[in-house]
Amino acid sequence: MFGAGGGTSSYAEIEETDVILMWGSNAREAHPIFFHHVLKGVHNGARLFAIDPRRTATASWADLWLGIDVGSDIALANAVGRHIIEEGLHRTDFIDAATTGFDAYAEAVDRYTLEHAARITGVPASAIAELATAYATAGTAQLCWTLGITEHHNGTENVHALIDLALLTGHVGRWGSGLVPIRGQNNVQGGGDMGALPNKLPGFQDVEDDTIRSRFESAWDAAIPTRSGKHISLMNEAMDEGEIRCLYVLGENPMQSEADGSAMARRLEGLDFMVAQDIFLTRTAELADVVLPAAGWGETEGTVTSSERRVQRSRKAIDPPGSARDDIDILAGLARALGHDWDDRPAKDHWDELRLLSPMHAGMSYDRLEAEGGLQWPCPDEAHPGTPFLHGRLWDRPLTSKRAPFVATEFVPPVDELDHDYPIRLTTGRRLDSYNTGVQSGKYSSPRRIGGSIDLSSTDASNLGVEEGDTVRVISRRGEISAPVRIDPTLRAGLAFMSIHFPDDTDVNQLTIDAWDPKAGTAEFKATAVRVEA
Amino acid sequence: MADLTLTIDGGTVTVPEGSTILDAVRSVGGDLPTLCHGPTLEPANVCRVCMVEVEGAGALVPSCSRVVDEGMVVHTDTDRARHSRTVVMELLASSADLERVDDRFSAWMEDHGADPARFTGATIEGRPAKVHDDLYVRDYARCILCYRCVDACGEQHQNTFAITVAGRGFDAHISTEFDVALPDSACVYCGNCIAVCPTGALEGKIAWDMKEAGTWDIDRQEVTRTVCSYCGVGCNLDIHTQEGAIVDVTSPEDHDVTLGNLCIKGRFGWSFVVSVDE
Repeated sequence: MFGAGGGTSSYAEIEETDVILMWGSNAREAHPIFFHHVLKGVHNGARLFAIDPRRTATASWADLWLGIDVGSDIALANAVGRHIIEEGLHRTDFIDAATTGFDAYAEAVDRYTLEHAARITGVPASAIAELATAYATAGTAQLCWTLGITEHHNGTENVHALIDLALLTGHVGRWGSGLVPIRGQNNVQGGGDMGALPNKLPGFQDVEDDTIRSRFESAWDAAIPTRSGKHISLMNEAMDEGEIRCLYVLGENPMQSEADGSAMARRLEGLDFMVAQDIFLTRTAELADVVLPAAGWGETEGTVTSSERRVQRSRKAIDPPGSARDDIDILAGLARALGHDWDDRPAKDHWDELRLLSPMHAGMSYDRLEAEGGLQWPCPDEAHPGTPFLHGRLWDRPLTSKRAPFVATEFVPPVDELDHDYPIRLTTGRRLDSYNTGVQSGKYSSPRRIGGSIDLSSTDASNLGVEEGDTVRVISRRGEISAPVRIDPTLRAGLAFMSIHFPDDTDVNQLTIDAWDPKAGTAEFKATAVRVEA
Repeated sequence: MADLTLTIDGGTVTVPEGSTILDAVRSVGGDLPTLCHGPTLEPANVCRVCMVEVEGAGALVPSCSRVVDEGMVVHTDTDRARHSRTVVMELLASSADLERVDDRFSAWMEDHGADPARFTGATIEGRPAKVHDDLYVRDYARCILCYRCVDACGEQHQNTFAITVAGRGFDAHISTEFDVALPDSACVYCGNCIAVCPTGALEGKIAWDMKEAGTWDIDRQEVTRTVCSYCGVGCNLDIHTQEGAIVDVTSPEDHDVTLGNLCIKGRFGWSFVVSVDE
């Protein structure tokens, strides 16, 4: 945020902070060891607020659970902001010195009174006020979120609404105060760091900046496209329009992970040519013209970056099976076949090349990563200790760097509207013992695994006349699946839940909508309108 | 924090305020036997194998938990302290199977001349191991009720509170709520109890099977430090391999992200790398 894509804080900060907001995050199940740090904070006296449609395992630890209606986060955040301003609890010194756009923000949130927001979100006005007061008056506060915020058609706006709250209260750029998006995959942060984004070169450097691009071009002795590429949702559109005819899929299973699965299947089946590089013959790989078996975890050398921006070494413990090869080796082989003779280099050499091109990684030698148990970016030179929290510069007086902008946002409901035919809001998420589409986690036998199901509130189940274990049809505007019923006491009437882990049995993405966020390209996995038929 | 000075076995030792006697002993290169003392846990104070003599105190004190005072005079090697530690080690070793306690403890037994055979007739050895899933084994004939698993499952690490000690005397045992089977309990199979168990009473299934079969050979094992393949928290993992195969996965207890703890996926969810259809 404010330039570089990463969380601002270290895990250690949450153990010492005064107020913790878990917003759209069930970290107790999805990020269990991060939640250990949260619980240390709770035991040290922090007040914990959980903002989630479900009364999750995370919410059960909270001092206050705000059971928000799916997709109404901006209305809640804006009401929190309005209440803070109305009560005079905003940090005017910080706002005046280090931010821009406050007046427009204040005007935009003005119509989100507690009562108005209570009607939109389903959260009582008193609870919104309590959250606002606790956050604004805390000495330090950590605002954490995950996919409950980002997997919406307006996920980027949702994030802005949360950042605005931190700017309003000065809860950023100080030890104990920060904005913490907890990353869902072991190297989704590192993928971004390395430039696996359509508009960025390594180190979050803009591909459309001529000066930056020319540095990379001279280092690589190759021309780089001058315009940003497409994120996944734009790629999907381009496949629909026949503009993209060939796809190279690395370590991704879009057949089962993308929203509106039947549309995705049509897309992939309609391609002229597809390559899949994966550790398993996934459903996506089954469709591919060429499958490149890749080495997996424990079989390769490299680095990964965690949610506290900590770069750590990953190492090889065993040899890959059969003909599987290291990803780097495959890519170098492919380059060679395309006429570029890349040296056979170990992962460390690629890392050292990155350090020459990405200033935020320049100080992170393999030796230091080894000796210091990882380093947090930015780490611009070998004498730099790494950066436990970002944006401390916002507290420099006088401010000598760029101000942080407020971005006013408006509540826009989920695209897939509830109506008489589709009256139940279906949301998705993870369970403790499983992961994504189950490609990895499905291979070990967990005594706690409960398989695919449609989870319903007891009220909805009894209105439908169904019981636990009954098979029902779940129907959205895009597709239909059958699934066994599970009665879930964490759900309120009108709210249903499915995990994403069992696409072979209960393929929830046959139901989900591929309405997507225009900036991030992330689809609205969290808000589907369905009906359930016995 | 202020430094405190004390005397240990006639030598002067200076340590930061808040240190325990055991910390002070170790700070000058010494050591004492311990079982219930876990480096990432608050002292449970139950095994009594670390007792020492403190001048002015009537009773022996547990060195793992007794905090140092200024001017304290400690004797670790008196007949009284050694005799106490020896008998406690004999009683523990005669009542539970301590064959798989780490080598350091065996060395202590030898050093103290402890002879568990002096006590017979009262033992939990022979209790059948609970092998109920593919993840981990509860071999309670090896359990000395040190509370480390209880504390790790409870407030100190996992906060799941699935287990505690139930019963009294030789009926005392680690139990789930109402003694229900593990899958019906609050257990989330994180295995953070295994990570702190000092006796091998809690063990990963693969390691336990290999130890039972006599194929577990630490001298032929390598440990590779890496990062978990699942969520983005960045837990460090130690992959233990023997002859090219993964035999166990643990987390380093000195790593500030995990303190040795993991979730079910990190500790047990790695079998995809050896999956036959890979």
